[in-house]
This record gives sequence, C-alpha cells and structure tokens, in this order.
Amino acid sequence: MGKIWVYAELNQGKVNPTALELLAKARELGDVEAIALGSGARAAAGTLGKHGAKVVHVNEDKAFDDYLAEPATDALAALHKQGAPDLILFGFTPDSRDVAGRLAARLEVGLISNAADVVAKDGGFVAKVPYFGGAKIASMKANKKPAIVLVRPKSFEASEVGGTAEVKELTVTIEAGSKRSHIVERVVEASEKVKLEDAKVVISGGRGMGGPDNFPLLEDLAGALGGAVGASRAVVDAGWVPYSMQVGQTGKSVRPGVYIAVGISGAMQHTVGMKASKIIIAINKDAEAPIMKMADLGVVGDALKIVPALTAAVKAKKR
Amino acid sequence: MKIVVTVKQVPDPNSNLVLEADNTLSREKEVVLDPGDECGVEEALQLKEAHGGEVILVSMGPERAKDAIRKGLSMGADRGILITDPQLAGADALLTARALAAAIKAESPDLVICGTESYDGSTGMVPPMLAELLGLPQLTVAKKVEVDGSNLKVHRQTADGYEVLEASMPALITVTAGIAEPRYASLKGIMAARSKEIKQVGLGDLAIERGDGAETIEGLTDAETRKAGAVIEFDGTSIDRIIQVLAEAKVI
Repeated sequence: MGKIWVYAELNQGKVNPTALELLAKARELGDVEAIALGSGARAAAGTLGKHGAKVVHVNEDKAFDDYLAEPATDALAALHKQGAPDLILFGFTPDSRDVAGRLAARLEVGLISNAADVVAKDGGFVAKVPYFGGAKIASMKANKKPAIVLVRPKSFEASEVGGTAEVKELTVTIEAGSKRSHIVERVVEASEKVKLEDAKVVISGGRGMGGPDNFPLLEDLAGALGGAVGASRAVVDAGWVPYSMQVGQTGKSVRPGVYIAVGISGAMQHTVGMKASKIIIAINKDAEAPIMKMADLGVVGDALKIVPALTAAVKAKKR
Repeated sequence: MKIVVTVKQVPDPNSNLVLEADNTLSREKEVVLDPGDECGVEEALQLKEAHGGEVILVSMGPERAKDAIRKGLSMGADRGILITDPQLAGADALLTARALAAAIKAESPDLVICGTESYDGSTGMVPPMLAELLGLPQLTVAKKVEVDGSNLKVHRQTADGYEVLEASMPALITVTAGIAEPRYASLKGIMAARSKEIKQVGLGDLAIERGDGAETIEGLTDAETRKAGAVIEFDGTSIDRIIQVLAEAKVI
C-alpha cells in the first residue's frame, strides 16, 4: 500500500469539499494522510478523519491565510523532507493549483493536472485525464516520486467512513521571503441563492441567449425550478456574466439531476464540466450543434421564445 | 518598467482540433496567438503606456510560433524571444517552465505576465512553476492590475468575488481573459513589427538538458459518450415534452 497525501485546502477555515472527494479516492489507493494549513486546521482534522485520513498534519500559522501559495509550498516541502509520499493529491482549484505548481517545480517532479481519476498500476500511479477537449481520456503515468496529481472537483463522491485522525503539528518556519503575495482583502460580490455546484437543476446560457440582457429569462426559469444559472466560457469571456457562473473545463463542474443548456453549442470545453448530469435538455436554434448529440431531449428553436414559455408552464404546473 | 509576457501559439479555438498519430495535438492547422495571451499583451502595453518601459514577448514552440510573437509585436510589444529546439517537442509543463525561466531570467524583468491557462492545454500549471523557478511571488487569476512605483496590486478572481493582493515587484501575475480588451494591430503596427527583433534560442543556449519526462502518456481511449436522445423542432407540443422530462426526473 502506498503512502498518499491529500492537500486539504481550507477556505477561510472551512474544508474545501474537493478535499473530501479526494479522501474517498485516496482510501482506495493507500494509507492516507491529509495536510491542513491555516486557521481552522485543527477543527478540520475531525472532518478529514471521518473521511478516512489516518493522520492529519496541521499548522495554524496565519501566514497560510494571508499569503498566496508560498507558505503552503514551504510547509509541504518541509513535510516532504521528513519522508516522501508516493502520491500527493490536490483539487484542481485555483488555490491548490498555485501550491501544486510551485511544489512540483521545487521538488523537480512535475505533475499531472486536470485529472478525472487516479489508479494504482505497477507500483506507481496512472491518472486519467480528459484530453483533446474531452473526447479522449489519456492515461498518464507519473514517472517521478512523489507523483503529484490535480483532480477535477466532483470527480468522486465524498463519503464518511468514521474514524479519528491522529493530529500532528507540522513544524515549519515561514520565512519573510515567502510572505510576498499578500491577501489584503476578500470581497464577496455575488451571493448565490442556490449554489451552482449543489443545484438539482442547472440552467446554463451561451451565445445563443443573444446578450446579457436576456439572462434574467434564465433566472426566472431557475427560480421556478429551484435551480441555479450557469454559463458557457464564451459569454463569461465576453463579459456578459461573472466567472462564478462558468461551467466547463476552466469553470465549475456540475452533475445535477437536470441540466438545461440554452443557446450553448456544446464545445468540449463546456461539456467536460456538465456531461455527468443525469438528464440533459438542450435548447438551440441549430439542430446540428454538438450539444444535440449528447442531450436526452433537444429542442430546436428560438431560446428567447422557448424559455419564457417553459417558465410559465413550470409555474402553472406547480399551482 | 520591464515586462515579459509569455505567449503561446495554439490551434485556432474556432477550428476543430486534430490529433496526430503520436497523440500530440496537431499544430499544422490554423494556428493563432492564444486569445488569453492577447489579453496579457494588451495589459502589458497599457502598463507600459502608463509607466514607461519595455514589453518583451517570450514564446516556446516550433519556428512557426514566430507568427504568434509577430502578432504581439504588431500590437505594440517591443521585441520577442522564441525558444525553439527539436528536443522540446512534446515537452511537459515542467520542461516548458524550465526553458521559459532560463530565457526570462536573462532579462531580469520587473513583471512577468502569463495567461491563466492556455486555450489548448488548459492545465494552467506553467505559471506557478515559472514563478517558483524564477523565485518570484505569484499573483494569479488577475482581473485587474495596478502598479504604483514598485508596488503591485491585483484583483484576483474568486468563485464568489475577488481578493485584493499586494506584492512588491519583481513578480509574476496570471491574467484572465476579462482583464483587457486586446487592441487591433494597426497597419502602422504591422509594418513596424516586421523590423522588430525576434531572437531565437535553443536548449543549448539556455544551458538546459531535456532530461526524463515527468509523465508519459500510456494510451488514449475514447471518452464515454452520451447517447443522443430525441431532437424535436419547437412547436405547440414542445413545452409539454420538456415538462414531461422534468417530471420524470422528479424536479417538478
């Protein structure tokens, strides 16, 4: 059995849900230790233990809260010096990416990014990575030890197994030279009514919505269905809606009960983030759009007519 | 202020990707300067216009990647460096970062600007590796950048808003596509770019050995595809059909 580390990213003291998903996979692969850094690390150890971490290395230095990437890289490198693991798992999130990239360069081991799965093979690890826009799955073998793999959120289901982790203090001194990228303020702009990642129904809009002024039509439908509104990268890049709404490879991954893609052609960039949805409904003026080939129901027509009619019908049905 | 922008030539996002026999992405088809990098170049040009200095574009790729650099030069960047070497074919993120770091280190820039991730690879791993190898702090996913003397202030996009980051230069930042609307190259700019320098260097010039790859692609399989369901033209019955699907999925 290998020795597996899971980097348990904390966001203002709370465990990032992806860490719990990673623990579910890590349990299958070997003996699991988690690393939690910053405020709330000790409290997080309880949750991490319940999800299968046998040991949780903690350090509550405020530097981990206040500075980007470098203090966490120092801590992981210090722990690595005491004994290298076989595999380190990170979530493919912006914060974890920053740490993993620096660590891989410092340890000179490289890494595998954007993985959807990890399997043990011949004493090493092979990551399954969506490739070629998601049409293919590449099996990538890590050649160095430790293997470092970043896994897309929502790739595994988190589950508790009970158990209590042994909590160990991770000893590291964060030098001034690592306190450089200073987080001076956190600004919350959007308070989502229903979180995109947790919504049972997701309605996403793309270029076919015509412009940002038409997105309230999707909000109305989401309101009627108790769902959340997402978007394609194209419209986020165009500035119609904030990045927090982006679904896809470089946005959020969702797997709701029903996914309604409105005016989205279905570029792989997008579909890799939503194709695990149970039911997909596509509304698009182009019958040949790629999204139609993966939808359970495709409706060819004008989204600006169909969406309001659908909202009205849903509301009538609920009455 | 001396600014280096890393730029990459990628298959045109508006054309279909093609896979070569050796499982690398074909770059034979239409190739363009990565649209995300165009935003990085634009941001660099705006900073130069406000604070003075020089904008240097650094790229790695086949000789053809000069076209991507030339595009940035025609927007207004001052000069380019292309790292090209047969041994770099199929380079992984770490080798890419090592080669870029060696070329950039020689320039001692105040600021390095990278795209958050490339359009074709989308792994976003080169920038943090580059920051580590250059010994620079990294300020990532920037949607706004302000420079005041040697101080740098960045709005870093987060899932529900943004973080305000501060650091002293030299530093590395990664920028989102939303940071700046890339300008069109003027005819004058295109003409001027023809005489701007693009220095070409190989691994030997950078004193780098390729070494073993950190990872190997063992094989490719087709991703699970979903079966297409019914595709219907919108008419008087379509809404009922959708309602039926929603009811079966128990969301209404």
